[in-house]
Amino acid sequence: MSQDTPENTSQDIPETASPRLTALHAVHESLGAHFTDFGGWQMPLKYGSELAEHRTVREAAGLFDLSHMGEVRATGPAAGAFLDHALVGRLSAIAVGKAKYSLICAADGGIIDDLIVYRLAEDDYLVVPNAGNAPIVVAALEERAAGFDVTVHDASAETSLLAVQGPHAAAILLSLLSTEDAARVGALKYYSCARATVAGHRALVARTGYTGEDGFELFVDNDVAPALWAALAEAGQGSGLIPCGLACRDSLRLEAGMPLYGNELSREVSPYEAGLGGVVALGKEGDFVGRTALQQQRDDGVGTTSGRRLVGLQGLGRRAARSHYTVLRDGSPVGEVTSGLPSPTLGHPIALAYVPVDLSEPGTRLDVDLRGRPEPFEVVALPFYRRQR
Amino acid sequence: MSTVKAGLRYSEDHEWLDTAVTPARVGVTAIAVEALGDVVHLELPEAGTELAAGDPCGEIESTKSVSDLYAPATGTVVEVNQAVLDDPALVNEDPYGAGWLFTVEMSAEGTLLSAEEYLERNGGELA
Repeated sequence: MSQDTPENTSQDIPETASPRLTALHAVHESLGAHFTDFGGWQMPLKYGSELAEHRTVREAAGLFDLSHMGEVRATGPAAGAFLDHALVGRLSAIAVGKAKYSLICAADGGIIDDLIVYRLAEDDYLVVPNAGNAPIVVAALEERAAGFDVTVHDASAETSLLAVQGPHAAAILLSLLSTEDAARVGALKYYSCARATVAGHRALVARTGYTGEDGFELFVDNDVAPALWAALAEAGQGSGLIPCGLACRDSLRLEAGMPLYGNELSREVSPYEAGLGGVVALGKEGDFVGRTALQQQRDDGVGTTSGRRLVGLQGLGRRAARSHYTVLRDGSPVGEVTSGLPSPTLGHPIALAYVPVDLSEPGTRLDVDLRGRPEPFEVVALPFYRRQR
Repeated sequence: MSTVKAGLRYSEDHEWLDTAVTPARVGVTAIAVEALGDVVHLELPEAGTELAAGDPCGEIESTKSVSDLYAPATGTVVEVNQAVLDDPALVNEDPYGAGWLFTVEMSAEGTLLSAEEYLERNGGELA
């Protein structure tokens, strides 16, 4: 028996010689976590069964350590204008207390990273890049800050990020809040945030996540992380909450049709090919990095009438497509799978793949070369899984 | 810690072969299962298939990845474990017992290791 594919959680990101540890590392060790290198960090891959963790997030709640994610603060009178210049979205238009998904692109339009931007105050933003990309994003933001009245501060090293995700997440978190905070946090809409005291610890609480479920992400100082983890674990005991690792995070996000940097997104990919054209605000005022190239791509119909596009594939057989497998049309290679696995929730294989735009319509029948044998797949609309509201 | 069962024969590719029964029985080791994660689908050779030791003869699909299964012996497949096809999680739960894969009427063993030799290369504990 030999494995011929890398695990889904490994990316094309250079690993540092000695992986970094989060403030919760000792907690994970005591829980018997299986660890994996991810973006230069040693992170829990799973604690027991990744399938059980996946299902628990869909049916109850999971507790995640996401402290490998970056946290960059942009503060100052020109913070909004600066982010409008540095990123592809119109970040100055975010209301205080709201968040927005965005991209940071190179001058040629290639994606440097995807990230979430929170507006904490009028002149105070929090930018959250991916773990492996954080240093690159910080460097790019610092460079792009020239000429703006803004301070860019990389707070990644001192910040921990915990996430509670699943249908019971809100009840678990709210049980740790004062009546007043519980009312505010409970009323938060998706992609909103508020400061709150959670089990006695000051936290930035955001109703965001990467699982397709309702849930919260909590940004705290490192020294608070172990106590907050313990409080959440205890509060969730009666609701079935369990600690969850990156393995199920990957299967959850794929079911939810969310892209992963290093798989679906890279410097070689245009936002329009990735189906993220709506994130690019060509109509905003002023210049921004990548504007000329992205305007050209839009004018050329990249991802809509020309080139390739990211699609969802549903397996018609039992065998799953995996990252880098070749997509076939009538036996000829036409594209490449970027992520794929057997969907625990849906019970059939699912995959994301880049295919020519004329083969991107839902219902299109394609094959994937599964180690020499073509297996039938069909293009389906994304997301694969949408929670009941 | 993953166990290595005494008395079985082991391939470098992490299959086990039980020659104490006839026909010989084939499965995958606990160490392999640990590396694979949750097994969700199996492609196994059908009864009557002629196997050549060392050649790929099936696939093990886990949530994480897919692995080839190699024949630990030359011979003919006699019986496939229908229970494990129906419920691949048996491979995780009981790799040396209910999670066996198929039996083979053996004409020759492949290049195999003793439990002690397999243990020495892969770690684990003898049980």
